[in-house]
Amino acid sequence: MLTRLLLSDRGGLIILALLTALIIYVPIGNLLLPADSPLHVSTFTVTLLGKFLCFALLALAIDLIWGYAGILSLGHGAFFGLGGYVMGMYLTRQIGDRGVYGHPELPDFMVFMNYDSLPWYWQGFDQFWFALLMVMLVPGLLALVFGWMAFRSRVSGVYFAIITQALVFALMLAFFRNEMGFGGNNGLTDFKDILGFDITARQTRVTLFVISGVCLIGAYLMCRFIITSRFGRVLVAIRDAESRTRFAGYQVESYKLWLFVFSAMLAGIAGALYVPQVGIINPGEFSPIASIEAVLWVAVGGRGSLFGAIIGAFSVNGAKTWFTTVYPEVWLFALGTLFVLVTLFLPRGIAGIFRTLGQWTSRKPKGDEQ
Amino acid sequence: MSLLKDTRALMRRDQVFDFMLPPPDFEQPVDLSHGPILYLEDVSVSFDGFRALNRLNLAVDAGELRCIIGPNGAGKTTMMDAITGKTRADEGQIYFGQRIDLQKLSEYQIARGGIGRKFQKPTVFEALGVFENLELSLASDKSTWASLGFRLRPDQRDRMDEVLQLIGLGTQRDRQAGTLSHGQKQWLEIGMLLMQNPMVLLVDEPVAGMTAEETERTAELLTSLAGRHTVIVVEHDMAFVRSIARRVTVLHQGSVLAEGSMDRVSSDPRVIEVYLGEET
Ligand SMILES: Nc1ncnc2c1ncn2[C@@H]1O[C@H](COP(=O)(O)OP(=O)(O)OP(=O)(O)O)[C@@H](O)[C@H]1O
Ligand SMILES: [Mg+2]
Repeated sequence: MLTRLLLSDRGGLIILALLTALIIYVPIGNLLLPADSPLHVSTFTVTLLGKFLCFALLALAIDLIWGYAGILSLGHGAFFGLGGYVMGMYLTRQIGDRGVYGHPELPDFMVFMNYDSLPWYWQGFDQFWFALLMVMLVPGLLALVFGWMAFRSRVSGVYFAIITQALVFALMLAFFRNEMGFGGNNGLTDFKDILGFDITARQTRVTLFVISGVCLIGAYLMCRFIITSRFGRVLVAIRDAESRTRFAGYQVESYKLWLFVFSAMLAGIAGALYVPQVGIINPGEFSPIASIEAVLWVAVGGRGSLFGAIIGAFSVNGAKTWFTTVYPEVWLFALGTLFVLVTLFLPRGIAGIFRTLGQWTSRKPKGDEQ
Repeated sequence: MSLLKDTRALMRRDQVFDFMLPPPDFEQPVDLSHGPILYLEDVSVSFDGFRALNRLNLAVDAGELRCIIGPNGAGKTTMMDAITGKTRADEGQIYFGQRIDLQKLSEYQIARGGIGRKFQKPTVFEALGVFENLELSLASDKSTWASLGFRLRPDQRDRMDEVLQLIGLGTQRDRQAGTLSHGQKQWLEIGMLLMQNPMVLLVDEPVAGMTAEETERTAELLTSLAGRHTVIVVEHDMAFVRSIARRVTVLHQGSVLAEGSMDRVSSDPRVIEVYLGEET
């Protein structure tokens, strides 16, 4: 089955090979090669690439629903952020009595706000397995309820995009409030360790990087499995002729709903992997702009091609890193220009270039996986 | 609200109480013991006050090939929408066989239950191949979970090849459906209907945009389907209707103007006035 998934997908195969090479090389380059070697990978770079892997996973989640089922979510940051907060809660509980106030149980911000005891929704997060479960359940459940209401009333297209924006915006406002009990404005930070390992140690960083990479590859294969099954063809059918799909006997809403929930869970996992690497989660992750930016990665990489989403996340974020260190004030203009150029000249994104090249070289009339 | 409705239904003498009926069960054969397979009574549909269907009555027997004609805007497509659950009737009843109240079901349930439909504007899944279009339509478990692990059985594959031959696309099976000609798309959509293996086929303007030869083959195909399936055809092309019709229903302003054989209908002065007159 694995071979069937891989062989039909040349671009994906290349990306997977590159990712695997990265996962193998980065730990060696960081931990084994001496710091003065030209092939050495600094810990800063490890963390940076680890972040990109998480962004790529988020982009994959967005492309799955947007590229294949035509569901444009401008609010996937909601699921990413929730996954991040869940992980943040676990990491906060791990601090224990090492906080500034030294309280044995309560995090600093709760002591500061005169909490007597841990709120009920913070219970259980000292257990890693519980946190892992919640990383998927919390975003999944929100997506289930939200999607159920939206799809059942047949909200789609631009209207759906707008209400997803409203969703992240509402979450952002809620998490900004101190009374919510998630640290308000400052969010959760000052993490010490994860599963007993020092979170700032090189080994931990490298391990988190490798886990992110493996998760991305696993998620990619799962998405491939979905879109190459009949489920995937139903999605394309829904995207192109929703009414026809209904009259062919498919319950369109449940297809959309389960895909949306799956995608939200992937986004949640991405957020959960992101937080220990950057060391902080705050309501900024719920900013509507952040969600729109994630959709831009997909557009640039190539909507409707899963490996394109990964390329998009890496290239846009790579450019962003470069711009914000060299010309910080130009970045937003560059992003805007990039978006306009891609929309005008590369409607199928970077992956579209590869596809065209591939068709030229192999002279195959079809080969389009959509 | 529904309590009120149920109580009201109790007062009626002309029908069995709704709540005593078993829920629709498509595993059971449709109950045809008392006549028609499709039965519409006083069905009305309004759009913003405009009555697209106005107390429409129609009964179609199992195995029949029925043609529906009528001028533009007569409500033919709206009637199909009402039967297939796309639009809800404001009043009236729509029954499939004796017992299945179509107004209680949603589109996918009606489709799974055995009513297939071809759209007026040919609608196929353009990004997919011809073969995949048929595969998606194939009668099978169409739940999300089943779709994830779906594999074609050899007998299903044979059936698909058979339908491909029947609709004249045997050599085009891997072609992307969006690149087919208009007439081929029409056929592909009819093929998709056949894959669903429905009891009733609702076919909206099947020969629009077809050449004379294609039209003739479509006529053959549809007549060959009648008997095993119930076929309801909406068409403007009078020559085509004449070539296939046994029984014709004329719609006008949302209700039935006349019904009978083609000869009888076309000699009805009211029909000539509203419809046929324009043609000649
Ligand atoms: N969704 C809608 N909203 C408003 N009006 C509608 C809608 N659908 C149909 N109508 C109106 O209802 C009337 C009947 O339309 P319908 O499409 O059923 O006609 P038809 O008999 O199929 O005509 P044609 O031969 O042109 O296909 C028309 O006047 C049309 O404008
Ligand atoms: Mg019509």
